Amino acid sequence: MTAASNGTPLDTAAVRAQFPILAREVHGHPLVYLDNAATTQKPQSVIDTLTSYYSTMNANIHRGLHTLAEEATVAYEDVRMQVAEFIGASNHREVVFTRNTTESLNLLAYTLGARLRPGDEIVLTAAEHHSNLVPWQLVTQRTGAVLRFIELNDDQQIDVDTARAAINANTRIVSIVHMSNVLGSIAPVAEISEMARSVGATMIVDAAQSAPHIPINVAELGVDYLAFSAHKMLGPTGVGVLWGRQDLLADLDPFLGGGEMISVVTREESSWAALPHKFEAGTPNIADVVAFGAALDFLNEVGMDTIAAHDAELTHYAVERLSRLEGLDIYGPSDAADRSAVIAFNYRDIHSHDVATILDRGGIAVRAGHHCAQPLMRTLGVPATARASFYLYNERSEVDALVDGLLEAGERFGFER
Amino acid sequence: MASNREAQNPVDLDDLYRDVILDHYRRPRNRGQRDDATVSAEGFNPSCGDEIQLSVAILDGTVNGLGFGGSGCSISQSSASMMTEAMTGRSLDSAREMSKHVQQMLTDDAFDLDAVDLGDLEALSGVAKFPVRIKCGLLAWKVLDQALADATGESINDDSDIPTRVTSG
Repeated sequence: MTAASNGTPLDTAAVRAQFPILAREVHGHPLVYLDNAATTQKPQSVIDTLTSYYSTMNANIHRGLHTLAEEATVAYEDVRMQVAEFIGASNHREVVFTRNTTESLNLLAYTLGARLRPGDEIVLTAAEHHSNLVPWQLVTQRTGAVLRFIELNDDQQIDVDTARAAINANTRIVSIVHMSNVLGSIAPVAEISEMARSVGATMIVDAAQSAPHIPINVAELGVDYLAFSAHKMLGPTGVGVLWGRQDLLADLDPFLGGGEMISVVTREESSWAALPHKFEAGTPNIADVVAFGAALDFLNEVGMDTIAAHDAELTHYAVERLSRLEGLDIYGPSDAADRSAVIAFNYRDIHSHDVATILDRGGIAVRAGHHCAQPLMRTLGVPATARASFYLYNERSEVDALVDGLLEAGERFGFER
Repeated sequence: MASNREAQNPVDLDDLYRDVILDHYRRPRNRGQRDDATVSAEGFNPSCGDEIQLSVAILDGTVNGLGFGGSGCSISQSSASMMTEAMTGRSLDSAREMSKHVQQMLTDDAFDLDAVDLGDLEALSGVAKFPVRIKCGLLAWKVLDQALADATGESINDDSDIPTRVTSG
């Protein structure tokens, strides 16, 4: 289908042909989908897997003794092994399925947070999505622990020096975003993990934006926990992943109680199922997990190195073209090499909502607003930004369409081309 | 399907970005808070961050003047600017009535513009054709409702998810 992961360029036309939604028009224009940091589109194979699961093997998993239950259980558990392999985990028992990244992070905040005492410090960054901020704020209210923040450096990046300023002997948890959904910058996770370990803190990474775009290896990153979502990497909505080191997960109390997560239940008390089922209470999202397996197949077949190279090349092209527009401000690292796939910007004095509405009339989908990162918006000193974000099916002509759309928006607001 | 509806009732960006709206966005009227305000209120749109602060000077049952501050898109800010002009000199009853009509116009794209004389405010009628932008247009009017309710000692029953509150008065 496409190039293997040996560094040869991506055959974008062949990739695009497998995404039915990319053939549709919006307001009479071909869809230009540049909102991939919010969610990605789905290839036909994922859509087909979803329908074929319901058409041929739908059953509840793990407890059934009949054939369908057995087939569904195998299909579900196979994807757990695929995920483990995809992120370089040593064992599939380290992979817990949740609803989304937000739930994965809430699971950690709830269980790890219960161990904190007044004065303990939780270190986050200035660039967190609300999903890696609000759960920890709740922890501080319950425990008296305090939040500290790794600030951005002068180039709007999280670096080792800004991290060092925030991590100290009181740090119990370090939970940071790997790739910012606004700045596109990638944090030096391995180095920060080392710092966390040296003070005995638990290291958590929000990989919601990075897992779709760059190869992830949890062993190389040296982290304790990692969270991401299927829907931002070609999979269905409603599936999140929490990876954790087996010894650490085994030591955590359950998050939600109910069926599936128990071993023996009496009227008074229960014992817990083995990993990872201890953290999967109730009937999970079986069909969407199975379809996520098709998404991982797709990514593996194209190759994460190839995808990373494609996204970086396209981002570089977009930064270059956008920077040439008069009155266009791009947020994030000055060097395009320091970012991946996400470009937040403001154009002229046109509010990003107006930019998004005008682009939409030309079939171009971008995000506008605070991107669930209100504290970061305050740090950047802007109420809102527009954001274009790319994935493996995007191509240069779509960046050109974005630039043309912005020029049209400028004209409407009284600026000459 | 949305595309069929659009074929029957084409929606053009010109419906949204009327000259009057762009003019008020670029040259807002009555920007700033009034020293003689008798009531002030503010509101924001949590989904997008647009915000409006409003100060209203009311004397003997008449709106003598309004000032506004805040930030946001062209629709939210021009709606506020036009509102300050259109409300000045009105009785409280007339201002409330006008606010009700404008909010109906903003939310209903079948609103009959011939039924009420809304003056320049009619420029906002295109907003109803852009569902995701309706709240932008409504924001200033929800803040006005809050301020007027405080001035008359009434409570408002608003089921929109645009939080507003009185800041002084």
